[in-house]
Amino acid sequence: MILPKIKVLRSHGTQYIPDLKNVTLTDEFRGRPELTATDDMSDVEAAAAICPTRAITAAPFTLDLGRCLFCGECALRAPRNIRFTNDYRMGSASREALVVRPGDTAIAFRHDCVREEIPRLFGHALKLRQVSAGGDASCEMELNATGNVNFDFGRYGVDFTASPRHADGVVITGPVSCNMAAALDICYDAVPDPKIIVACGADACSGGLFAESRAVDRSFFERHRVDLWLPGAPTHPMVFIEGIMNLTGRCRR
Amino acid sequence: MARYLTTDNTSPAVPLADIPELPYGELYDDLADRLAQERYHLAHYFAREEGERLRFYVILLDDADHKILVSSFAMGYHDEAPLPSLTALRPAAHPFERDIAERYGVRFDSMPWDKPLRLPADRRANITNYPFYTIEGDSLHEVNVGPIHAGIIEPGAFRFICNGETVLHLEIALGYQHRGVEKLMAATGNRLRQSVLAESIAGDTAVAGATAFAEAVEKLAALAAPEALVTERAVALELERMAMHIADTGALSMDVGYQLGQVACEALRTMTINTTQAWCGNRFGKGLVRPFGTNKPLTAEKVAMIRRNVAEIARRYNEVRQDIKSSPTLLARYEQCGVVPRAEMLRIGGVGMAARASGVERDLRVSHPSGIFARGIAHESIVKRHGDVMARLMMRCREVLQSAEYIDRMLESYAPAAQMPRPDYERGLAPDSLAVGLVEAWRGELCHVAVTDDRGRIADYRVKDPSLHNWLALALAVRGEGISDFPICNKSFNLSYCGHDL
Repeated sequence: MILPKIKVLRSHGTQYIPDLKNVTLTDEFRGRPELTATDDMSDVEAAAAICPTRAITAAPFTLDLGRCLFCGECALRAPRNIRFTNDYRMGSASREALVVRPGDTAIAFRHDCVREEIPRLFGHALKLRQVSAGGDASCEMELNATGNVNFDFGRYGVDFTASPRHADGVVITGPVSCNMAAALDICYDAVPDPKIIVACGADACSGGLFAESRAVDRSFFERHRVDLWLPGAPTHPMVFIEGIMNLTGRCRR
Repeated sequence: MARYLTTDNTSPAVPLADIPELPYGELYDDLADRLAQERYHLAHYFAREEGERLRFYVILLDDADHKILVSSFAMGYHDEAPLPSLTALRPAAHPFERDIAERYGVRFDSMPWDKPLRLPADRRANITNYPFYTIEGDSLHEVNVGPIHAGIIEPGAFRFICNGETVLHLEIALGYQHRGVEKLMAATGNRLRQSVLAESIAGDTAVAGATAFAEAVEKLAALAAPEALVTERAVALELERMAMHIADTGALSMDVGYQLGQVACEALRTMTINTTQAWCGNRFGKGLVRPFGTNKPLTAEKVAMIRRNVAEIARRYNEVRQDIKSSPTLLARYEQCGVVPRAEMLRIGGVGMAARASGVERDLRVSHPSGIFARGIAHESIVKRHGDVMARLMMRCREVLQSAEYIDRMLESYAPAAQMPRPDYERGLAPDSLAVGLVEAWRGELCHVAVTDDRGRIADYRVKDPSLHNWLALALAVRGEGISDFPICNKSFNLSYCGHDL
């Protein structure tokens, strides 16, 4: 009975990422895009026309990571103008900072937009309640993965709680379906002050694919201020980890 | 005249005009007859507005003959006469009749379970005041869970009626995830957007969803995918099956306090989805499967990388499997817990790995093969008898190893195509036709139905996730169990909320 366990343990070895502040993802990973303006913008217009979430505008040339699903089709249509890098440093305290323009080589975290009490209160421990409100389970699985044996974000004192009463904020995934709007409000109200809101994934940031659906209710975002915007479809665990570390003052991009 | 149009899972789309239209009584009698036989089950049954009429389409699968039978009937859009309920005779029809009733206000006479399916926000029912089933009695108490659950998972409301620790009844109310996917699919002509929507119906089933959409569209264009493309899609699909079965093995380990199995599976799942990411740039395979071609063809290096990783994952996962089987404390929790007997699974129309764990061989890779299973691999389903948590867990274990073997077999002699076709989002589709995308996803039978209008645009798109059938199996599984065993029962199924709610 003990021998099979020893075998599992030996094969398992050591899995954790030693330094979460210094991770490089595979070259294939589609992360922060870089834009280049050219005289002939017809490729960009073609890319903008096919973009599933209308994240691209040709004039002025921008790409909104709050809408982008990172499907990569635009880069194939406008290879001179759009290139996806493997940079996961994409979260920001400002929604506007997610809009990429030609020549940008980084997403600004905008530490000036962070409420001053957040690093002070949550810099050593942050407990979050996750609410899936029309999420497709991929962002949810990636958030689970932040606490797994590989990423082990818990070592920084960042965990997810079962009860909103034990939490310092909510992490929202999904576009907020009408049927979840009331539950999201109740959950947010149950979190004691001071508290933060994290919008995780393109669906949460902008409605994403479902922005035009009648079954979606975005009024929560009109009534509350979001403290951290995280792009992605789904949001990669490193996007979440790097975003939270910046928000809480553990590191500065 | 034949009652059904007969087709199969590799034939092109069928013209709407060729689909027989029967009187309701005749179709009802015939369906009641056929659904009593194990070889038949409903892949889909839906209604759509056609001018002044409401036309109902039946997609019936014949497992023995590997055929798809399509038929229909129609009534006036504003007709108010109730129809006899098929659910009353064949409970497996319940989600379809409930869906039709909810969407179009059709009344089904003697419907035993007249309950909203998704509670879409634009109907009169309100999700916050849904009247759960109740039982009166001093010795009973109710436990409400959800819609927000304790972990990081999707929402759904569970109401338990318990006698002490024992669950007498569980009612599951879903619909919280409803995003209007089907309407959005039909509202856009942008086929890339449709493809991306198809892979976002359930993010944990992204590859299967995108494949079902691609196959439906390819059938509408009467253009079969070339061999190389079919192989690459199959590799992606089996990787997805491996990743999710490993994740659920980890979740089942966690819930019984078997931390070694949990962390080992977490690491192995990471390896699996990172393999997918190193292939296509997304851990869930989003962006990999597109109609008519792919943007991410395999290269010789990637083939070698996938084979290497899959072999390592299978080796290590098998060690976890051996450990589970040799640990009496784990077996004590998993065995004879959450039993769904074969007869019940058949009655409710269960599909996929949950059905196979109860001895019901429902597997599209055998009964209605498409892609590589129609051309290269003769799939043999793994079938278990006991229908308990252990059977579903061992089902996953065996399927992971089987998928790993298939991937290796497919890639062993695979030479990456020099000229892999690229996706085509502009190709014209057959007008006034119906195409079915049927894919055996990791949970089970995924059925996408695309119906085109007179200009070849997708006018209606219907999605059936395997969870639509199997949620009821979970409710039945926990009857008589201790409420503390609910988490392992739930995770042994791991059903989709968003796939159900759409």
